[in-house]
Amino acid sequence: MNPDHIREIIDRHEGGKKGGMISILEEIQSHYSYLPEEALKIVAEKTGRSLVDLYGVATFYKAFSLKPRGEHLISVCLGTACHVRGGPRIAEEFERQLEIKAGETTKEGEVSLETVNCLGACALGPIVTVDGHYFSNVTPAKVKEIVHKARVGLDGVNIHTDERIFPIEVACAHCNHSLMDPHYYIDGYPSIKVTVSFEQKHGWVRLSCLYGSFSVEQEYEIPMEAVVNFFCPHCHAELRGALECFTCGAPMVPLSVRGEAGIIQICSRRGCKGHWLDLTG
Amino acid sequence: MITLFVNGLEVSAEEGTTILELARSYGFPIPTLCHMDGLSPYGACRLCVVEIGEGSNAKLVSSCTYPVEEGLRVRTASSRVVRARRMILELLLASCPQSKTIQDLASAYDVHQQRFKQEYEDCILCGRCVRVCEEQMRAKAIGFRGRGERRSLGTPFDQKSEDCRLCGACMYVCPACQLRCTYTEPEKAICGGCANLSPPCLKKSSFDDLMCYMEPCVACEIKKD
Repeated sequence: MNPDHIREIIDRHEGGKKGGMISILEEIQSHYSYLPEEALKIVAEKTGRSLVDLYGVATFYKAFSLKPRGEHLISVCLGTACHVRGGPRIAEEFERQLEIKAGETTKEGEVSLETVNCLGACALGPIVTVDGHYFSNVTPAKVKEIVHKARVGLDGVNIHTDERIFPIEVACAHCNHSLMDPHYYIDGYPSIKVTVSFEQKHGWVRLSCLYGSFSVEQEYEIPMEAVVNFFCPHCHAELRGALECFTCGAPMVPLSVRGEAGIIQICSRRGCKGHWLDLTG
Repeated sequence: MITLFVNGLEVSAEEGTTILELARSYGFPIPTLCHMDGLSPYGACRLCVVEIGEGSNAKLVSSCTYPVEEGLRVRTASSRVVRARRMILELLLASCPQSKTIQDLASAYDVHQQRFKQEYEDCILCGRCVRVCEEQMRAKAIGFRGRGERRSLGTPFDQKSEDCRLCGACMYVCPACQLRCTYTEPEKAICGGCANLSPPCLKKSSFDDLMCYMEPCVACEIKKD
């Protein structure tokens, strides 16, 4: 850890004068994969906050870790739906295979294991994510394969080099109700209909179901670069996953892909083409 | 001045007074654990619940944080209030049975048994020590860590704090600290701390620095030995 680097980060956030404490901690964490003790002391000293308050924040939020994290992060969902479908057994199997407890990191600093409370895809439980990639309907038998994939490393589909275009049929990741609208076509295929809210306005948005096409039609004009909240028109649950867009940092919207039992995630920012297709589960 | 009714009695109070302060000044007893005069209200222990409103609109609120309102009808000891307090005391007994303060309160409310899994915690997370350290001692040496069932109290990283002046105020205000004279055998806890003329912990070399003016006992770190 380099103390000058920490000071640089604090300066970039205006010395923490206008709040922004969590942003400072987030930036430190993203650099070092955890919050080193020395770093917290420097932040306390430089921003004039007490170390007690900082430590309280750092231990309150699960996103912060005070211990070094591994290169890859495996999150096992223990939310209600995943719990009743055997989430705890999956977590135990990971603990056995990785020889660590949840919340710990393997000796070589390769893989960290954590349990989380919801990954926003309850209909496909039990859910496990590896560095943001979703694995659905996980059974203890699949654990070994997932551990192997985590160690090898997973990468998203690169939209610049991948030219495959094919229609996909998606459903709500919460209630599993189809989101396809057979009465409204975009690009010659049934469109995907979701509800969005933006600046107190609610309206529909229809997306092209062609993978690789970014055609979209909407009830209200949404300005480019605006981040909107997506909702399922059937169960009204907010469609929001744990992952952030790797292009722009906005929250990703997970939709479950029919037939393949996979997940496609799209960026909630208007105009951003960040997306991620997982059919590996 | 604001006029309201406490247990049917018409009373008046300055704006900004809490129900607890008002009721106590008129002699209506309300039990508290996390409240302490001179510290900011916190509303953690919920023992000070009172019932406000009428009929189906009646609800329980913590009197230590609720400011007086015009025409409010407060009941400090209705059957619903007493039921709620008895339940809170049962839960407190379940987590922290050695505390004489809690035992006395339970006894006053005729609670002699609790129905939950017995634990032997030494902290009820009332936050009195945190507030006295910050607000009266201006030190901010201790605080809450973690959340949910892992919430705990102490210094950052469990290290000796540079801000701590060993004033002992945190121990002095603790309502659960009777545990500390039971050494490491909480199950056999018969406190007796108040009967000790010399605090037992002082004999330990590691407590040399502590200014022991407190009775009955000092060393909250006794369990670490």
